[in-house]
Amino acid sequence: MLAYAIRRLLVSIPIIIIATFVVFLVVSLSGDPLANLRTKQPLPPPQVFANARHRLRLDQPLLERYWHWLTGVLHGDFGPSVQGGGTLDIGSEILHRLFVSMRLVIAAMVIAALVAVVVGVVSAMKQYSIPDYAFTFTGFLFLSMPVFWFAILLKEGAIWLNNNAGTSIKTIGEASPTVAAGFGPHFTDAINHLILPTITLAMTSYAAWSRFNRASMLEVLNSDYIRLARAKGLSRRRVLVRHALRTALIPFVTVTALDMAAIIGATIITEDVFQWRGMGTFLLNGIQNYDPYVVLAWLLVAGVIVIVFNLIADLLYGVLDPRIRYE
Amino acid sequence: MSSRHDEQVEISSPNAPLQGVALEREVGTGKPEREFTVEARSQLSMVLRRFLRHKLAVISLIVFILVVLLAFVAGNLWHYNYQEYTNDYSMGPSLKHPFGTDSASHDTFAQVMRGTQRSIEIALFVALVATAIGTAYGAIAGFFRGISDNLMMRVVDLFLTFPVIAVAAILAHQLGSKASGWLWVAVVLAALTWPYVSRVVRGVTLSIREKEYIEASRALGASNSRIIIRHVVPNVMGPVIVTITILVAQAILAETALSFIGFGVKAPDTSLGLLVSAGQTAVETRPWLFYFPGLFIILIALSINFIGDGLRDAFDPTQTRVRA
Repeated sequence: MLAYAIRRLLVSIPIIIIATFVVFLVVSLSGDPLANLRTKQPLPPPQVFANARHRLRLDQPLLERYWHWLTGVLHGDFGPSVQGGGTLDIGSEILHRLFVSMRLVIAAMVIAALVAVVVGVVSAMKQYSIPDYAFTFTGFLFLSMPVFWFAILLKEGAIWLNNNAGTSIKTIGEASPTVAAGFGPHFTDAINHLILPTITLAMTSYAAWSRFNRASMLEVLNSDYIRLARAKGLSRRRVLVRHALRTALIPFVTVTALDMAAIIGATIITEDVFQWRGMGTFLLNGIQNYDPYVVLAWLLVAGVIVIVFNLIADLLYGVLDPRIRYE
Repeated sequence: MSSRHDEQVEISSPNAPLQGVALEREVGTGKPEREFTVEARSQLSMVLRRFLRHKLAVISLIVFILVVLLAFVAGNLWHYNYQEYTNDYSMGPSLKHPFGTDSASHDTFAQVMRGTQRSIEIALFVALVATAIGTAYGAIAGFFRGISDNLMMRVVDLFLTFPVIAVAAILAHQLGSKASGWLWVAVVLAALTWPYVSRVVRGVTLSIREKEYIEASRALGASNSRIIIRHVVPNVMGPVIVTITILVAQAILAETALSFIGFGVKAPDTSLGLLVSAGQTAVETRPWLFYFPGLFIILIALSINFIGDGLRDAFDPTQTRVRA
C-alpha cells in the first residue's frame, strides 16, 4: 500500500507542474503586473519601473522566469509579489491563509457529511414517503441555489437576529481584531466567526452527497444479503447498522474526496461574501492585481490539497473495503 | 436516440438490402397475420414515455420553457430597456415596474430578463460545445485505449484537479481585459466543462467497444471512424444527455458566481449574478433588487436539475425500483 501511495504521488507531480506551467504562460502573457504602477498619478520616475521590473523578474526571458520560480518553490521561495510594496512574502502569507481556510473547509465537510448520511439513510429506508419527497426537494433546491445568494441571505438573517433577538453572531471576517488574551476567548471567537460560512459551505455539498447516499443505500437495501440477514432473524436495527450502513457508505468516502475541488471553489465565493482573509480572497486579490506568483502559489497549494485528499480517500477505501487491495 | 433514424437510412440505402428485406417482411407480414399486434417501440419513444411519467421533470420542463419564453419574448417586447433610465427611483414592485426599480431608476424586470437571457445563452453554448468536444474526446480515448487513452485521460485529470471557479476567474480576467462580454465567459465555462463529459463518455465507450454489434460491424469491414460515429456516439448519448443537463445547471451557477465576484459578465451588459451583487447591499431597504434575480437563478437551475433527474430515470430505469 505504501508503494502504491508513493507511485500515485509521483504520477501527480508532473500533472501539477504542467498545470502551473500552463497557468504561468496564461498569466504572464496577457496581464501586466505593472498596471497598478502605470496608473499612479503622478507617474513614478523610470528608475522605479526598472526596479519593479527587476524585482518581479520581468527582465528575464519567460522560460527562465518559470524555471526560476519552480526551483525557488523547492527552496520555499514562492517568488515576488506585486502587492504590499514588495514586502509581501507569498509563502508565509499563503500558509497563514491556508490555516484560516482549511478550518472552514473541514468544519463544513464534516457537517455536510453527517447531514448527508442521516438524510440519505432516512430517505432510502422510507423511499417514496413524505419525508423522502421533502428531503429530495430540499436537496434539489440547495443544489440549484447560488452559494453567494444563500450566504447573503444567512448574513441578513443573522443581522436581524442580532438586532432583534440579542444574539451576537459574527457576520464579517474570520476573527475579531481585538480579543482577550488566552486560548478560550480566541477559540470561542473563531467558532462564532465560523458559524455562518460553515453553514453556507456545508449546504453546497450536502445536497449532492445526500442524493448519492440515498442511491447507494437503496442499492444495498435491495440486495440479497440484506434479505438473508433479515430472514435469519436479525433485527432491523442490527441489519441496518452492521450490514447495510457500512457497505453503503464506503463509496461515499470517494465522493467526498472527488468533490474537494468544487468545495475549494465554493470556499472562494463564501470567503468573498463573509470577507474572510483566507485562500479564496488571496486568489481574487492576486488575479485583480495581475500578480502571477500569487496565482501560481494558490494553484499549487489547491492542486496539492485535491490530490492528497483523493489519495487519502483511495487508501481509506482499501482499508474499509476488504475486496480492494492495492499492490 | 438516433437509432430509429439510422434504421430508416439503412432501409432506404441500397447498400443494405438484407436489413431492408428483413424489416419489410416483419412489417408486411406482422400486421395482417397476427390477431393482436404489438407496436414496436423505438428507444426514443420508451425514453419519452418514462420521462413523461416523472411528474416533477415534466412540470420543470414546462417551467423552463415558460422562463425561456418570458425572457426572450416578453423581455424583448417589454416597454423598458435594461439600460434605460425610467425616472422612477428605488420604487417597489408595481404594475408599471413588476420587479421595482433600482436607485439609478433602471427597471429591474428588464434587467432580470436580460440576465436570464444571458444565463440561458451561456447554458446553451456550454451544452453544445461541451457535448461536442467531450463526446468526441471521450469516445476516441475509450475506443482506442492504450497509451493514447492514458495520455488523454491525464489531461482530463489536469482539468479536474483545479476548482472550476478559480480557473474560470483567472482565464476570464485575462481574456476579459481584451474582449469583454458573455461569450468569453461561455467559452471559458465550456472549456472547463467538457472534461467531465469526456470522462463519462470514455467509461461507457469502454464497455460498448466490447459489444457484439461492434464486432459484427468490424467484420463487415467498417472503419474505426465509422464505428465511432455510427455506433459508439449514438449509444453514449443517453448518459451524455443526463450528464450535460446537470453540468449545464452547474455552469449557470458558475456564471452567476463569476459575475458576482466581478470576473464574469461586466457592465454595461448585465447578468443575474451581477444583479444580485448590486442588490446585496440593499436586501433590507430594497429587497426586490436582491430577491428577483436570485429567484430566477434558482428557477432556471432547479428546473434544469429536475429535467436532468427525469432524463436519468428515463435513460437508466435501473435506478427506480418501484416505478419502473
